[in-house]
Amino acid sequence: MADLGKQVVDGLVGVRDWVDDRFPLMKGWNEHLAKYYAPKNFNFWYFFGSLALLVLVIQILTGIWLTMNYKPSAEDAFASVEYIMRDVDWGWFIRYMHSTGASAFFVVIYLHMFRALLYGSYKKPRELLWLTGMALYLVLMGEAFFGYLLPWGQMSYWGAQVIISLFGALPIIGPDLSEWIRGDFVVSDVTLNRFFSFHVIAFPLLICGIVGAHILSLHEVGSNNPDGVEIKKNKNAEGIPLDGIPFHPYYTVKDIVGAIVFLIIFFTVVFFAPEMGGYFLEHANFMPADPFKTPEHIAPVWYFTPYYAILRAVPDQLGGVIAMGAAVMAFIFLPWLDRSPVKSSRYRGMNYRIALTLFVISFLILGWLGMQPVTPLFTWMARICGLIYFLFFILMPIYTAHDNDKAVPDRVK
Amino acid sequence: MDNSNVDKGRRRFLTAAATVVGGAGAAAGAVPFIATMAPSEKAKAIGAPVEVDISKLKPGERMIEKWQGKPIWILRRTQEMLDDIAAQDDAVSDPGSDASAQPEYAKNEYRAREDEYLVVIGICTHLGCSPSFVVKEGDNAPVEDWKGGFFCPCHGSRFDLAGRVFKGVPAPTNLVVPPYKFISPSRLVIGDDSEAV
Repeated sequence: MADLGKQVVDGLVGVRDWVDDRFPLMKGWNEHLAKYYAPKNFNFWYFFGSLALLVLVIQILTGIWLTMNYKPSAEDAFASVEYIMRDVDWGWFIRYMHSTGASAFFVVIYLHMFRALLYGSYKKPRELLWLTGMALYLVLMGEAFFGYLLPWGQMSYWGAQVIISLFGALPIIGPDLSEWIRGDFVVSDVTLNRFFSFHVIAFPLLICGIVGAHILSLHEVGSNNPDGVEIKKNKNAEGIPLDGIPFHPYYTVKDIVGAIVFLIIFFTVVFFAPEMGGYFLEHANFMPADPFKTPEHIAPVWYFTPYYAILRAVPDQLGGVIAMGAAVMAFIFLPWLDRSPVKSSRYRGMNYRIALTLFVISFLILGWLGMQPVTPLFTWMARICGLIYFLFFILMPIYTAHDNDKAVPDRVK
Repeated sequence: MDNSNVDKGRRRFLTAAATVVGGAGAAAGAVPFIATMAPSEKAKAIGAPVEVDISKLKPGERMIEKWQGKPIWILRRTQEMLDDIAAQDDAVSDPGSDASAQPEYAKNEYRAREDEYLVVIGICTHLGCSPSFVVKEGDNAPVEDWKGGFFCPCHGSRFDLAGRVFKGVPAPTNLVVPPYKFISPSRLVIGDDSEAV
């Protein structure tokens, strides 16, 4: 028996070596896993990168299977989704995984972004890593928007109508641009068909490509950590960072634990609260699209509501569109707005800590306001929170340059 | 490789020429991809004029027709409604429709060819929702002293019975009037105003 086992192992090693002579198999394995040295002090906040990858895999798999039964036409779309829910074996399960996955994606990405704000992960030398991350965020927003039209419910229809009209508000090119996006004078079968194309092939390809670039640039500069210390500054004789541990097996095992906990929560939602009280699947979307009747209360899905609240808070049409665009884009400039030499908020002064706290609170309040009907009080609240939101970015060069930062240790604690 | 004999000027010229020609080719190649996304001939054909019979429309009532896939409202206004419109010139932001879109023949007090019939595209000029028709004594009047009009549930824009936008709401202009003409007292063509009587 022992001989047989040895023969099998030798055989597999032979295959591996044969491949390795023709493809950088072990080189890639070592560079990105077995000999990729990550800081030893990763904490809770470092789960979300790998979780985002997990959700991407869930979305691609469930998406491929949904496409087997979904029909991208105004005539059939709504009924085909109901067909998936009622008549296709396990169809409800695949679809609820996909719809819950969309919200889970944004939960994970927002926490992943918050981590970067908390520990200064966007700062030099990781500016490009931050930019590819922002590109992913924008593409993901597009992907979610296109996907939301596909069930062809009332919210799908009117949500798309409002968002496309945002482009129509641009001066001069606006009307032609929105017609070009729709491919028709109104949101129609043509629009649905092209959004399907974007949703199932164009944007997923983009996401996979940019995720590759994101990970490659991460592994080029190395991971940041909760202390914001560059572990590459202190290496041993073999050139291995003293505060680094190989990603595999240490963090692969850690991330598997994170994945299990995540999946427990994820499937609890899938099985017991897939609509999440109207936050993940909005009630108005259980009605087929009616181009003649706007629902009484329309709001985007929760992950867009902070920006939607900002849009509504500005009394001018074009001004609102610009403010909303600026609110999304502002993150891009963080690496250059932040003047502090310190990365981690653990060693930053009170200025940044207070600013970040206020920013997060106003972001959350804006998110809540974006789901509410318009009232004078809510409009004023949105204006105040929107002001704090923008001041976080605009004043950043000032308050970070004059912060009472603490001394950063040389090594990870 | 021995680079000593390289003619650098020539190499630079070839690189630049290849870049320019290749770039022009890529730009030209992008044209069909961009153009194919514009409304197709079929979509434009659906935008053809539609004929509407308005003989059954009673005073004070509104009917909805479809043109270019958009809801077209036809409202038959009573004398009281017309008086209410005239009384609200100060409350609307563009009473003369100077900044709004309408054919020349609808750029007047009641924004219509004939005062009795309002014909507008039922899409809010703010972000494209379809406002609801709220009558004067309705239960769900959006503001006090509501004289009847249209209210957009999306972002709270309000319009009077001539489709004129009220002050202090997000919609920038009055509701759009489509081209239309009467071919008889009870028949209307929407989307065509050539040789109108």
